[in-house]
Amino acid sequence: MSTTSESAMNDAAPPATQSFGGMQARSEAVINTTSRISVRNLDFFYGANKALKAINLELPDRQVTGMIGPSGCGKSTLLRVLNRMYSLYPGQRAEGEVMMDGRNMIAAEVDLNELRSKVGMVFQKPTPFPMTIYENIAFGIRLHEKLSKSEMDDRIEWALTRAAIWGEVKDRLQSSAMGLSGGQQQRLCIARTIAVRPEVILFDEPTSALDPISTLKIEELIDELKRDFTICIVTHNMQQAARCADQVAFFYLGELVEVAPASQLFTAPREKRTQEYITGRFG
Amino acid sequence: MQQAATASVGTIPRPARRSSSLGDTIFAAACTAAGGFVLLLLGGIIVELFLGGLPAFRTFGIPFLWSTEWDPVTEVFGAGVSIYGTIITAVLAILLAVPLAFGVAFYLTELAPIWLRRPVGTAVELLAAVPSIIYGMWGFFLIAPIMAQYVQPFMIDSVGTWPVIGFLFEGPPFGTGIFTAALILAIMILPFIAATMRDVFEQVPPVFKESAYGLGCTTWEVMKGVVLPYTRISVAGGIMLGLGRALGETMAVTFVIGNANRITTTLFGPGNTIASVIALEFGESEIGSLKLSALLALGFILFVLSFIVLALSRFLLRSRLKA
Amino acid sequence: MSTTFQASSGPTKDAAVAAALGRSRKRSDLILRVLSYGATAIGLVLLASILVTLFAKGFGAMNLSVFTEVTRPPGSNGGLLNAMVGSLIQVGLATIIGTPIGMLVGTYLAEYARGSAFGNVVRFVSDILLSAPSILVGLFVYQLLVLPFGGFSGWAGVAALAIIIIPVVVRTTEDMLALIPNTLREAVIGLGAPKWKMIVTVCWRAAISGIITGVLLGVARIAGETAPLLFTSLGNNAWSTDLTAPMPSLPITIYSYAGSPFQDWIELAWAGALIITLAVLILNILARSVLRK
Repeated sequence: MSTTSESAMNDAAPPATQSFGGMQARSEAVINTTSRISVRNLDFFYGANKALKAINLELPDRQVTGMIGPSGCGKSTLLRVLNRMYSLYPGQRAEGEVMMDGRNMIAAEVDLNELRSKVGMVFQKPTPFPMTIYENIAFGIRLHEKLSKSEMDDRIEWALTRAAIWGEVKDRLQSSAMGLSGGQQQRLCIARTIAVRPEVILFDEPTSALDPISTLKIEELIDELKRDFTICIVTHNMQQAARCADQVAFFYLGELVEVAPASQLFTAPREKRTQEYITGRFG
Repeated sequence: MQQAATASVGTIPRPARRSSSLGDTIFAAACTAAGGFVLLLLGGIIVELFLGGLPAFRTFGIPFLWSTEWDPVTEVFGAGVSIYGTIITAVLAILLAVPLAFGVAFYLTELAPIWLRRPVGTAVELLAAVPSIIYGMWGFFLIAPIMAQYVQPFMIDSVGTWPVIGFLFEGPPFGTGIFTAALILAIMILPFIAATMRDVFEQVPPVFKESAYGLGCTTWEVMKGVVLPYTRISVAGGIMLGLGRALGETMAVTFVIGNANRITTTLFGPGNTIASVIALEFGESEIGSLKLSALLALGFILFVLSFIVLALSRFLLRSRLKA
Repeated sequence: MSTTFQASSGPTKDAAVAAALGRSRKRSDLILRVLSYGATAIGLVLLASILVTLFAKGFGAMNLSVFTEVTRPPGSNGGLLNAMVGSLIQVGLATIIGTPIGMLVGTYLAEYARGSAFGNVVRFVSDILLSAPSILVGLFVYQLLVLPFGGFSGWAGVAALAIIIIPVVVRTTEDMLALIPNTLREAVIGLGAPKWKMIVTVCWRAAISGIITGVLLGVARIAGETAPLLFTSLGNNAWSTDLTAPMPSLPITIYSYAGSPFQDWIELAWAGALIITLAVLILNILARSVLRK
């Protein structure tokens, strides 16, 4: 439970290559040193419609996994499996394994609130809640922790700082979050997500509603956040995947076609379909 | 059809086109006039009620608003008791109805299985369709005896002995009275408030709810933390709509309020409302009498009250109307 | 990038605290869910209670003479025929008069007055009338038609009910017309049709099920209205189809019978209450099923 914050503290050192950093930080009591989440043989259904077919994917600890593919290929669906968002909707179900900390997270008895405190999510559109900036961040923290006023203030400053928005909002914490620009709102949402101190953060096309400058800021932020968090990002934008991701997974028609380090997938894909997609032949 | 039209393009006589623009003018004028007619209706109601009530306003002046006398023999009339009764029953009805309506809306939007939402929603809406007079009979013949035998004695013995608010629940359990009237009103406005709440809750974009769930919220926390803050203005508008309905409700209240022109401190005491006084006393007032004028003046006051509340409701709901 | 971890190096995420919080959060979630189920159950029980009461008290009083006999003095086996016929006449005429006016207003709001100031005022006023106390409409018609023309009359009742149904039709007509995509309008205008023809032949036809729903809901609403008839058509214990004279109606008869001391009248009131409630509820369900198609 406390591995994240411990590793976070150790992380003053510049990130070494991922596998080394991960092993050193969590030398004790961690079963899987390289993979934070293992998806094994996962099928997903919208009613009778099978949207994901036998997916196998490892999310390496504190790396960025990018998921690309044409619309409707299942990449967002997989993201929504990882934090069980699909459980909100009757008729949607998953079969297979999503292993995290030695447990299958898609099992019925999993405590969804606890799972979601470990696997945070940032959405396509900024979703500031209609309250002050301060309350937006405090809202999530209060769900899982009891903090004193000063601890809460510290945590909020920390979260906003990590989300690279502290400087812009520190003088207006008590004003409404709805007054922020789109890019600021999205970084606020990221701050709200990391304030809960999850271990994994899911990004669902986080920049598709933003202008290029705000997009760049979010991308820099993701790069910076991966030192502490395992990150999974769905994007329509292949350049973004190339810029942000350590490994990239290409989905097509509900199948995981290929997963490889970003440099390899974009330069020397193994699969013909990947090749066709990244060269713009379809999708 | 189209072929025929194409074939005869050259032969369409010009007058036909002219008559179509004449048709446009007439139709637009008819629509606009109908719109104007609606304004005239509202204006007419205001003017007629005011003119009708003018003799009473002249005779009693501003104190008419708070005078508690109502004596047809000496021809002294005041609106105090019925204004008090109107407001107290309506506000009490809101206090009783809002938690229930919220529970229903919460159930219908977040908790109920999909297949149950429509039938349950329809059933609750049907409560709004039951005519007022049916509520009156049901309230008088079924609810009032239950209140007199069970509910009120129990409340007098329990809540009635509490400090501070105890005095509100004292006195003999008549069954009818302010409290029972408010209860019936609450049931009548419940579907209006619940339907508004349900509609505005459904308009919260799913992604906002998902981002709250994504932080680990329970269903209730999503409702309290995100849905309610998002919709609070429209929810207030729905409550105002219910209040507006409760103010002017006539038949149901007339059956169960006990009809006494006095202000009692206990909620179990009898009272009256503007609408119930008008309904009951109208038949006993002669044309041209000061009493009839006083009733019309009461009607004018009720109109002003409801207008303010309904206008406020509509103002609060404007964002929903735009959507 | 000041990646200071001082803030987080304080208390680490405490599993025990989180678990305890989680338990209490789940408990409040459960409590609120149960309360919500309870509120819904109360709503449904109330509806059931009304229906059961009506059937229990009204069904026994229901017999053929309710439909074949007119109202008579207590103890002489009267029925409700004249009241029902009076209601049908008044509700029918009010619907025939109110529906076209309401449709025109709704059409004005949706097709001519989008965003215009006058349109906004009309919309506002119509919505106020929709929820305004119906007893005041009765008083208004009394002042307007009863006093000047020398007495209570069926026509006055018709006028009061028509005023009440208009805003109901306005609301649904405008709502339904607003749902029609502009591309459809442009397609019709593009064929060279004048605007009024576009509205009458295409928009109204496209919105017809919604408008019918509105009319049915309006009929259901005015069929049960009592208060406005007290001061307009007044009621009549004899057979009367004369619209210039006081006219009987079901709600008024129910009102005066239910408040009477005579057992057979009270029973007739229950029979009338059952009839009117069933009619209104069936109209409502019918209206919804029309809209769903």
